[in-house]
Amino acid sequence: MGILLFGAAKDIAGVPVLEKPAHVNNVGALKAWLYEVYPSLQQLKSMMIAVNRSYAVDMQALSDQDEIAVIPPVSGG
Amino acid sequence: MEVLVNIKEVITVQEALDFIQSPECGGQVIFSGTVRNHTQQRAVLKLFYECYEAMAISEMEKIAAQVKEKWPIQKLAMLHAVGDKYPGDIAVVIAVASAHRGIAFDACEYVIDTLKETVPIWKKEFFADGEIGV
Repeated sequence: MGILLFGAAKDIAGVPVLEKPAHVNNVGALKAWLYEVYPSLQQLKSMMIAVNRSYAVDMQALSDQDEIAVIPPVSGG
Repeated sequence: MEVLVNIKEVITVQEALDFIQSPECGGQVIFSGTVRNHTQQRAVLKLFYECYEAMAISEMEKIAAQVKEKWPIQKLAMLHAVGDKYPGDIAVVIAVASAHRGIAFDACEYVIDTLKETVPIWKKEFFADGEIGV
């Protein structure tokens, strides 16, 4: 399953979905990979990763079945 | 506690108020958030709201569960709009009903404050001068 991008993260990457590289096996590794491929993501005030629709910590493992999303600072309301 | 959570193009205060009506409740508190025509003295033409709907609904349900833990609230409605919104349009409505008013005010403020921190919804600002802000 691909990585979903929203808001400013989607604008920076230029696409709404990315393919997860095979070597990226946890949330921390995913953030490191994203920052490497899209350095502008570091300008965001925060970048959370959601796994299966819940905010995830860096230690959380990722599998190919997970629904993964990049969550830049939210601004609802 | 009965809960209504919804994300859609057009929301109204009335549908939230209708949902929280209850003969057991003597207090109804409603927060309605509308689009301002300026941000820090810059004229705003419109906002565009985008959301990660499945997770946004799930996070809104988590807030409802927290409210249920904290206060004996009878009814709670949480509505958020998406898409293009113009000055004066309603972007968010929180409505809470309880036996007495005090906890309804507290719960309503807690819900809107937490929603703004945790629910994956994003607004893009379109300014009159042509700039776009995130």
